[in-house]
Amino acid sequence: MSSILQNLVNQPYQHGFVTDIEADIAPKGLSEDTIRLISAKKNEPEWLLELRLKAYRHWLKMEEPQWPNVKYPKIDFQAISYYSAPKKKKTLASMDEVDPELLRTFEKLGVPMNERAKLAGVAVDVIFDSVSVATTYKAKLAEVGIIFCSISEAVQEHPELVRKYLGSVVPVGDNYYAALNSAVFTDGSFCFIPKGVKCPMDLSTYFRINTENSGQFERTLIVAEEGASVSYLEGCTAPKFDTNQLHAAVVELIALDNADIKYSTVQNWYAGDENGLGGIFNFVTKRGLCKGVNSRISWTQVETGSAITWKYPSCVLRGDNSVGEFYSVALTNHRQQADTGTKMIHIGKNTRSTIVSKGISAGHSNNSYRGLVRIAPVATGARNYSRCDSMLIGDQCSANTFPYIQVNNPGATVEHEASTSKIGEDQLFYFAQRGVGAEEAVSMIINGFCKDVFQQLPMEFAVEATKLLGLKLEGSVG
Amino acid sequence: MIYQDSRTLLAVRDLRATVNGIEILKGIELTVKSGEVHAIMGPNGSGKSTFAKVLAGHPAYVVTGGEVAFDGGPLLELQPEERSRRGIFLGFQYPIEIPGVANSQFLRLAYNTLQVQRGKDELDPLEFDDFVREKMKLLEMNPDFLDRSVNEGFSGGEKKRNEILQMSLLDPKLAILDETDSGLDIDALRVVATGVNHLATRDNAIILVTHYQRLLNYITPDFVHVMDSGRIVKTGGKELALELEARGYEWVGAETSASAAANAGAAR
Repeated sequence: MSSILQNLVNQPYQHGFVTDIEADIAPKGLSEDTIRLISAKKNEPEWLLELRLKAYRHWLKMEEPQWPNVKYPKIDFQAISYYSAPKKKKTLASMDEVDPELLRTFEKLGVPMNERAKLAGVAVDVIFDSVSVATTYKAKLAEVGIIFCSISEAVQEHPELVRKYLGSVVPVGDNYYAALNSAVFTDGSFCFIPKGVKCPMDLSTYFRINTENSGQFERTLIVAEEGASVSYLEGCTAPKFDTNQLHAAVVELIALDNADIKYSTVQNWYAGDENGLGGIFNFVTKRGLCKGVNSRISWTQVETGSAITWKYPSCVLRGDNSVGEFYSVALTNHRQQADTGTKMIHIGKNTRSTIVSKGISAGHSNNSYRGLVRIAPVATGARNYSRCDSMLIGDQCSANTFPYIQVNNPGATVEHEASTSKIGEDQLFYFAQRGVGAEEAVSMIINGFCKDVFQQLPMEFAVEATKLLGLKLEGSVG
Repeated sequence: MIYQDSRTLLAVRDLRATVNGIEILKGIELTVKSGEVHAIMGPNGSGKSTFAKVLAGHPAYVVTGGEVAFDGGPLLELQPEERSRRGIFLGFQYPIEIPGVANSQFLRLAYNTLQVQRGKDELDPLEFDDFVREKMKLLEMNPDFLDRSVNEGFSGGEKKRNEILQMSLLDPKLAILDETDSGLDIDALRVVATGVNHLATRDNAIILVTHYQRLLNYITPDFVHVMDSGRIVKTGGKELALELEARGYEWVGAETSASAAANAGAAR
């Protein structure tokens, strides 16, 4: 790691995306009035209010999707409060006040010592030098013309950019949860990389030290102009709790000619207890548009948390020779349910896509891969390679693969491989006979199984992700 | 080799065990001292492999009676990994495949686990690489096999060499080699046997579980035991193996039943 980055991670992030709104909460329930209230509170331009209302009217006419292979009680959308000012977390005075369980987790994950305090919510300025990393960071990014701020801020500061791209990849009426998000989103991130600029740092470092709650309906928009490139990491290996059970985020990526966006996610939301009580419902719409020629969008995700995961990071390959990639590890344990995968929509000529999905199920969980590869009639020379592997731990869990392949061009090449394996008693005995306990054995087997995906993660996260999987599986074997 | 000043490594008394509720071991008696090589022979289904797995603590088998002392302490209450760390090594008849895990990683983890147990320093990947390559020479193994997944796609001979390589890394006090000769051609058999002979010292002991006498042409046992229906029914020197080769196993069974009947008659 360069010394600049070293300094950055060693210093606390202070200001975050917290907006200056009075602490107030809208009454529960969803109506046009609620949406007008949100928009007014955020001082939004008329066009954005119209976009929200349009989304809401769409949503009213839509049905909650029934096709995912997950079960949950019906959500009462009128029982949710759709607006509350970002809460400041309760700050602890020292590491001694931190939940020992959380400290144990950090220990196991190998989270660097200097980041633990921040992640645990300890007032870091008493521990670290108080020079704001945000200032250093923003200055460095601004130097090369990169805009990186909250979406609320972007709406105020760069309305023309937001207006041009927001909803251009995921239209307001795209699906039930995306429509809901478009109507009521309160915050999220905006990232704009201008023409020809390679983002000088991995944006992952930033998120390591910025764990402020970005809300229940998060909205992210990333635009890479011609020849630009960026690597962005969302999430954190440390366990994340939230009082809101329903999360419906939307992420839109746009890559123009020769642009490159790499988007990595490590998700460890609260998954509920062993009997499936509590836990986050994570209903996310993520989609990237390879709009320009030779553009590339790569999704890498490590999904380990949430009671229910419903998520299909996708690529629309419109530009000729554009490339879409999806690398995924989805782990479910106890009563978790995941229905996740991707969509690769080939429109441009000679477009290529790669899908590598690794599903791990343990306990009583249910883990499904669902993926669509569609080759449009005009996508001459398109190629796709898909590999979906499932691993079962124990005999109470299930794994499913639902590949949908639609090829409308005779010149396209589509390959699909799938496998299912099981960590068996005999494998664990073999390790044990060589002195290696079950926990370490499982960790090594899982790590081997997920290797192709972990390679895609930024280095420091790859190490932690490996440990995270081991931690999530603790007690599920032997 | 039998030494005068040897100590007892393994003492098995009236060991009984079941799998899926069926009794397989029906009262095994066996004493193994340091420096010795024992061969356990017997027909298919006599309980040889079960005995090997029970000593190593395979979870599918339930011990229903008897005692086993290893290196001066009780063995049966220990977890399999603990038995391994105390010096029991099982060479598998069918080594398990572990897809996705590189052999070098697996070997290093096993080795370092033991180093920690012994209060010694762990080896980093580079140090370990040098160390393991030296050991591999003895078994005439191709270095590229370090990068392959554990036992995956290995030939029968490669799998068995890999077992002996692990034995050489872990330097056990007692190595139980379960049908190590099965599936080996004559060259592989020679290489594996040379490896085992090289590893035998006056401080450790080896139990060879085998169906055929063939392996014993290369590794000379101090004792040969014949197992039948879950018991050791006859014990002799290396010449017993030759006799078994010539006459088969049936006469042992007949002889033991006859002697059992005679004993029963004497008791009356």
